[in-house]
Amino acid sequence: MDIQHSDVDIVIVGGGGAGLRAAIAAAEQAPGLRIALLSKVYPMRSHTVAAEGGCAGVVQDHDSHFDHFVDTVSGGDWLCDQDVVDYFVEHATEENLRLEHWGCPWSRKPDGRINVRAFGGMKIERTWFAADRTGFHILHTLFQTSLKYPSIQRHDEFFCTDLLVDEGRCVGVQAIDMREGHHVCLRAGAVILATGGAGRVYRYNTNGGIVTGDGMAMAWRQGVPLRDMEFVQYHPTGLPGSGILITEACRGEGGLLLNADGHRYLQDYGLGPETPPGSPRTKYMELGPRDRLSQAFWHEARAGRVLKTRRGEAVQLDLRHLGEARINERLPFIRELASAYVGVDPVTAPIPVRPTAHYTMGGIQTDIHTATPLPGLFAAGECASIGLHGANRLGSNSLAELSVFGRVAGEQAASHALAAGVPDAAVLREQAEHNAAGWEALREADGDESLAAIRDALGESMERGAGIFRSGEELAATCAELARLKQRYQSLGLTDRSRVFNTQWLNAIELGCQLDVANAMAQAALGREESRGSHQRLDATARDDQRFLCHSLARRADNGDATVDWQPVVITRLPPGERHYGEAGEKPALEKRA
Amino acid sequence: MSGSLKVRVQRYRPEEDDAPWWQSFEVPWSEDTSVLDALNHIKDVEDGSLSYRWSCRMAICGSCGVMVNDEPRLGCKTFLRHYADADEIVLRPLENLAVERDLVSDIDPMLAHIETVQPWLQREQAEAPEAGETLQTPVQMARYESFSHCINCGLCYAACPQFGRNPDFLGPAALTLAQRYNLDSRDEGREARMPFLNGEDGVWACTFVGYCSDVCPKDVDPAAAINQGKVASNVNYAVNLFRLLRGGDDA
Repeated sequence: MDIQHSDVDIVIVGGGGAGLRAAIAAAEQAPGLRIALLSKVYPMRSHTVAAEGGCAGVVQDHDSHFDHFVDTVSGGDWLCDQDVVDYFVEHATEENLRLEHWGCPWSRKPDGRINVRAFGGMKIERTWFAADRTGFHILHTLFQTSLKYPSIQRHDEFFCTDLLVDEGRCVGVQAIDMREGHHVCLRAGAVILATGGAGRVYRYNTNGGIVTGDGMAMAWRQGVPLRDMEFVQYHPTGLPGSGILITEACRGEGGLLLNADGHRYLQDYGLGPETPPGSPRTKYMELGPRDRLSQAFWHEARAGRVLKTRRGEAVQLDLRHLGEARINERLPFIRELASAYVGVDPVTAPIPVRPTAHYTMGGIQTDIHTATPLPGLFAAGECASIGLHGANRLGSNSLAELSVFGRVAGEQAASHALAAGVPDAAVLREQAEHNAAGWEALREADGDESLAAIRDALGESMERGAGIFRSGEELAATCAELARLKQRYQSLGLTDRSRVFNTQWLNAIELGCQLDVANAMAQAALGREESRGSHQRLDATARDDQRFLCHSLARRADNGDATVDWQPVVITRLPPGERHYGEAGEKPALEKRA
Repeated sequence: MSGSLKVRVQRYRPEEDDAPWWQSFEVPWSEDTSVLDALNHIKDVEDGSLSYRWSCRMAICGSCGVMVNDEPRLGCKTFLRHYADADEIVLRPLENLAVERDLVSDIDPMLAHIETVQPWLQREQAEAPEAGETLQTPVQMARYESFSHCINCGLCYAACPQFGRNPDFLGPAALTLAQRYNLDSRDEGREARMPFLNGEDGVWACTFVGYCSDVCPKDVDPAAAINQGKVASNVNYAVNLFRLLRGGDDA
């Protein structure tokens, strides 16, 4: 088989926020290095583009790194590695400023200084924003800035299929050049995975079609553990039917959530008392954390207090009292989305919303320096589990994570590549041939199972068993279904035998990744017999620090299945406490001060 | 509101086909069904070999531009219900760009033009983050902000007759992006970009048809950006002429 081989110093897989930031960092640190940036889409298509509300970073005088730290650690239900959170909160603002210096059009105060807005679970306003297109502007700013650096060689529409490993060290990647359908092999001194999350394993999600967990699966197949995979964030406000994201900034600006009776139901779930419309209060009501809000919806739906729309069950997100001018200034994209996709103008009517799968808190295990347990392999962004988000991510922390840890990954990989050098070519040829033969067999798969049927069954099973609330019984059923689906995947039938832009073939590769990642999620969720953050078990409703104040590590067993073991959480200065919001959240804070 | 509509799609697979050909499908639709949904339905149910690009399905990633009944549109933001009275809906790859396969166009020429205009913030002296933010009032931001909304979907290139005639013309998105940075109070790169904007494939090649602005799914108004660029180009020309006449060597 004709496989094209080439040598570079660093390969970065993924051209979203983390991948681009890593590329820029590596190029700045070591201008002589050859940096290959591979992405299955043009970088500006990456799903960072769809992030709306904002990007965290302490900037106000009455705010502090410690406050951001406390919000993040308690928001994550104490499953965050506190050394990582400390590093993060100390570097988020400088990264936001760097983006500003690179041209990001952050929204401003009248005097020209950076403006910030309130966000869920954050005690003090520290969410930088560019109207409600924050991810879009960050991504385009990074992409455009990356064009300055000649050492960043883009390989747009290259679909990465495998990590190349030699003597226990990651030494490159294999990919399919989508335009030609040929296999290519890139040997490198260091590899960074920045491939994003895996939200598409759920049927209803806010994610783009490309968010299929490819990097997680590639790492998993090389024996790298996936950590904390049971923690999947449901965003409380997606559009019913499509799952399209309606930003938390709607609530940061003062939007209200109402059930079918017009009642602000969040006050019944420990988030009250009710705050006056037009006066949102941080960590109260609509500004509670995402896990709590999604769980409240689940209860309201069970009690029959949600709207039955033709797109499914929904509650109402009411922005009308903000007025047209404010909506146009702060939430123009939301107005565009609601008008286009549910025919609602938020200036005159509430937007129907429901929780939808949004973010993968877990991912490829890394240390605080973004290094995975496989030497030479680094990971950053949503595909990674660096220990920042714990059991529940706070909105606006992940955009900042892209820059903070994307930079670290770029610098670390550059140092590693300089020390490691490029590996010996001959040993990788056989490996590449073997990999390619497997993908070629898939391209010619002639079984009788349909790709779409397996994909849809996967999404439904995850929704049913590994959704907002879980139980051992339902999770076991999902695990069994996933095993069946994996079996069916072996009998896949594809109809397109061509090479040029064969998206059926690529979708089949993605589906294989999704099945592996979903399995890690479900097995870890089955193993965690407690309720914490986004992981709520109906058969184990309490948090159990005795047994589960630890990260889960899902590993690939020899038979391809998952085994789960546990790793201690790094706790430095905030011992586990109870997590309270609304009025109940005031008491511990007072005690802390006293 | 629902029904069924004939969707005719241009196919071209370079390994098998000598020339493009047409394939028709009957696609069921409801009020929410977009052209992208229709394509996904066809791929899942009718013919898995149909290729097209898509991702976010919320009109922000810019992947799914296609010609819908001869009009450049985002597939995810175009709904079948609007064509309920038409006999059929006809899908082709974007005009003025080479076809790679089926509905997948080669957008590299657009990206090359975008790179040409150096679309990054340029400062003579780079500041460290510790220096804090460069102040920019909302009024200053408003001068360029709408030009920063371009999602690089390429619809304006499919709409531009000038780009169709002369692929070297930098085109609407690239010229808009240049203008976006030129108008940014923080930027000092105008001089570096001017040769491209003033050059024969820059703003003066635009014949101001304005169709680019009509088809822009994000209301960026590239035609306005290019026209402002012409004014700036004139000013730049006058300044340089003045310097030349004055005898300065900095022209």
